[in-house]
Amino acid sequence: MKTLVARAFSSRLFWPVAMLVVLVVINVIAFPGFLSITVKDGHLFGSIIDILRNGAPMLIIAIGMTLVIATRGIDLSVGAVCAISGAVACSIILGSSDPGSITTVATAVAVAVVIALVLGLWNGFLVSVIGIQPIIATLVLMTAGRGIAMLITEGQILTVNSPPFKAIGSGFALGVPIAVLIAAVIFAVAALLTRRTALGMLIEAVGINPEASRQAGVRARGLLFAVYTFCALCAAIAGLILTANQTAADANNTGLFIELDAILAVVIGGTSLAGGRYSLVGTLVGALVIQTLVTTVYTVGISPIVTMVFKAAVVTAVCLLQSPATTAAIGRWRRRLAPRVAVEVAS
Amino acid sequence: MLDTAQARPPAPAAHPEPIIEMTDVSISFPGVKALDRVDFRMFPGEVHSLMGENGAGKSTIIKALTGVYGIDEGTITVNGTAVSFAGPAGAQEAGIATVYQEVNLLPNLSVAENIMLGREPRRFGSIHWKAMRARAAELLAQLRLDIDPASLLGSHSLAVQQLIAIARAIDVDARVLILDEPTSSLDADEVAELFRVIKNLKEDGVAILFVSHFLDQIYEITDRLTVLRNGQLVGEYLTEELLRIDLVQKMIGKELATLDDLSTRVKQTANEEDDAAVPSFVVARGLGKRGTIEPIDLTIGEGEVVGLAGLLGSGRTELARLLGGIDRADAGASVTIGGAPTKLRTPRQAISKRIAYSSENRREEGIIGDLTVRDNIILALQADRGWFRRIPKKRQEELTRSYIETLNVRPANPDALVRNLSGGNQQKVLLARWLAIAPRLLILDEPTRGIDIGAKAEIQKLVYSLAENGMSVVFISAEIEEVLRLSHRIAVMRDRRLVADIENDGLTVDELLALIADGSAVDEPELPATTTPQRGDGS
Repeated sequence: MKTLVARAFSSRLFWPVAMLVVLVVINVIAFPGFLSITVKDGHLFGSIIDILRNGAPMLIIAIGMTLVIATRGIDLSVGAVCAISGAVACSIILGSSDPGSITTVATAVAVAVVIALVLGLWNGFLVSVIGIQPIIATLVLMTAGRGIAMLITEGQILTVNSPPFKAIGSGFALGVPIAVLIAAVIFAVAALLTRRTALGMLIEAVGINPEASRQAGVRARGLLFAVYTFCALCAAIAGLILTANQTAADANNTGLFIELDAILAVVIGGTSLAGGRYSLVGTLVGALVIQTLVTTVYTVGISPIVTMVFKAAVVTAVCLLQSPATTAAIGRWRRRLAPRVAVEVAS
Repeated sequence: MLDTAQARPPAPAAHPEPIIEMTDVSISFPGVKALDRVDFRMFPGEVHSLMGENGAGKSTIIKALTGVYGIDEGTITVNGTAVSFAGPAGAQEAGIATVYQEVNLLPNLSVAENIMLGREPRRFGSIHWKAMRARAAELLAQLRLDIDPASLLGSHSLAVQQLIAIARAIDVDARVLILDEPTSSLDADEVAELFRVIKNLKEDGVAILFVSHFLDQIYEITDRLTVLRNGQLVGEYLTEELLRIDLVQKMIGKELATLDDLSTRVKQTANEEDDAAVPSFVVARGLGKRGTIEPIDLTIGEGEVVGLAGLLGSGRTELARLLGGIDRADAGASVTIGGAPTKLRTPRQAISKRIAYSSENRREEGIIGDLTVRDNIILALQADRGWFRRIPKKRQEELTRSYIETLNVRPANPDALVRNLSGGNQQKVLLARWLAIAPRLLILDEPTRGIDIGAKAEIQKLVYSLAENGMSVVFISAEIEEVLRLSHRIAVMRDRRLVADIENDGLTVDELLALIADGSAVDEPELPATTTPQRGDGS
């Protein structure tokens, strides 16, 4: 029992999970029906389902971001890639004679994804071949990307009327929102791809000690290309979900600041920005914490004016709790407490 | 010949009083005595050098003189007055200026700004640019350097930047100038220019401490030497009175052999192999890299242990890195492996040819600290197999367990993070990583540095048995006995050149020391040696 407590405390996931539980409890108190899930027309409905669906795009990006961060990198361009993929898809659908057909939507999605892959290769090229610091290299596309999206939409907000496209954002399959299914598939693919192969270990090795990895024969350059491309792919899929949900491509606002939420999710999940060991499960918990937080703001009735401040406060709290200084302090406190507990039991 | 610290050579006639005198100085760090009752003095108008291998205490003395470290015992006097520096600024006020190996200047500012940084002449509260440029020009003229003070520092070569750093240093009315490895990245002409400046300063009565790994340069420029070993003073000598071989002997010292039986065994094998010619595994011709080492010819036989001997900075590590594909050799180098021409352009290519290089820099270039013992051991093998063909879990466990047992890694826990292991155990994990790829040539750069005696003996035994089983080994160590004990053949490097390549057939420590110092002392014509011609040396 004691070892279980000790292990829970020392787990990297302890504080993010604890924070998630606290947020859920607050929500249940403020809104007793928070945990209930109902079935309407064969579809699942409820606050939890809303959190999962609304959090799906950010989670998808955070998965790609986790791998990038594990290599000591960062990808600031994901929001811009969201906007580009949405703009590409919508302009193709608008330009087609039959916007409602599955073929049109499939083409639009395929083209958007291919373009995103090219953008990911560009980031990978700047980081691994040219050797630009990741934050600067991806800042290029972060800034230029919205401009590219504007060019594609010609400065308009492209509204599409295409039921199959709309389904990506707000449709249901097997009773579950399609967006959630997509996120689950990407999570599973990323987890299997990195942990069932050697990719995960090699990514971590490069993130922890690039020179030692090079001398051990690890192809760091290829790995960097792979993670930035995968991250851009995730961003494109997230962008399609966001755009489909609004049924409109907005070059200025689709995916705005989503890179910051994704990075936050990764950090809350316990992956260090210094690279190295990463946890996809941690990222999942981190993304859920952030999305639940947004929901909590509404259920508790906090004024939208202070939403950002509230979010910042919670994030600061999680980060402080996870910091080495706090961990050490808690360790001391528990050691001091332990003998006293033992005496009480004995008496 | 002087052999003890007590009998010091006389002070120079022109300046009989030392400007710097350290007496009985000791400095300790947790667990290490970095300096142990060391005496050291410098005279005005003399170039003095500190000599010693890694960990001898050279940089500790420099740091004590520049106020970076406080001293625990003893006294330092400057010009006869006892001092205790509160920090680098205190040392500067006392007239001690330092130019470090890496130029600590700002490439995006002008030469004048760099020289005057932090003590810009001011007028009406703002910088007096004209006065600043004038003062900078004056200083440059003093060093007889023809450099525009308004030009950007970054537009000049590293050598010129170094001279500008010296100009900056002497502006603080330096009476003592410390040059720490100033020539490590300069070519011959640039060194000549630097020496001209040093000689000027010397004539002006500045005391100069010149620290360098290059013996030729030491003998060219210095007047006096202080030799240190393991934090203790070996002695102070006049350069012209100390033969190179004696200097090297004093620097390296002699340690009692801990594995004498091994040494005799190796020699027996060496003799046997003389009869049946060893098939060569690696044949390198013209292997060199501009600015690092001169082109070198080297052949490594199958199952042969080739010791690379030489002082620190002699080029031994640089040669090993070229062989391991860590650095890229210049065009013109040809390498054949097992008879087939090969390019060793990346570590990956070398590993695919079953050549493994184990870096001397364990922490930065060897271990992946935050990964487990298991992941560290399988890393090179896995990288060679590619991203997707993961080594099966069961095979990983077997490999890890067998290497932990064979090499006696403690703790014997495959899931322990490597950064929590001791240095010796980290080294064993690193060895295991390279052994796991079943190398045909294993290049070990200082595999026994900084590890305890027990682990050292285990690693030496391992090298011996690997070679018996047909693996070629290139072995580098600062401990000359260790090289002699393990090697069938010894390649000697000095000042970035291969100066000798000889069978270890009854070679003695003294003979090897002579080669390291002069590269010409062994004159046995029947020896199958290839001694490359070299520039005239100063002894």
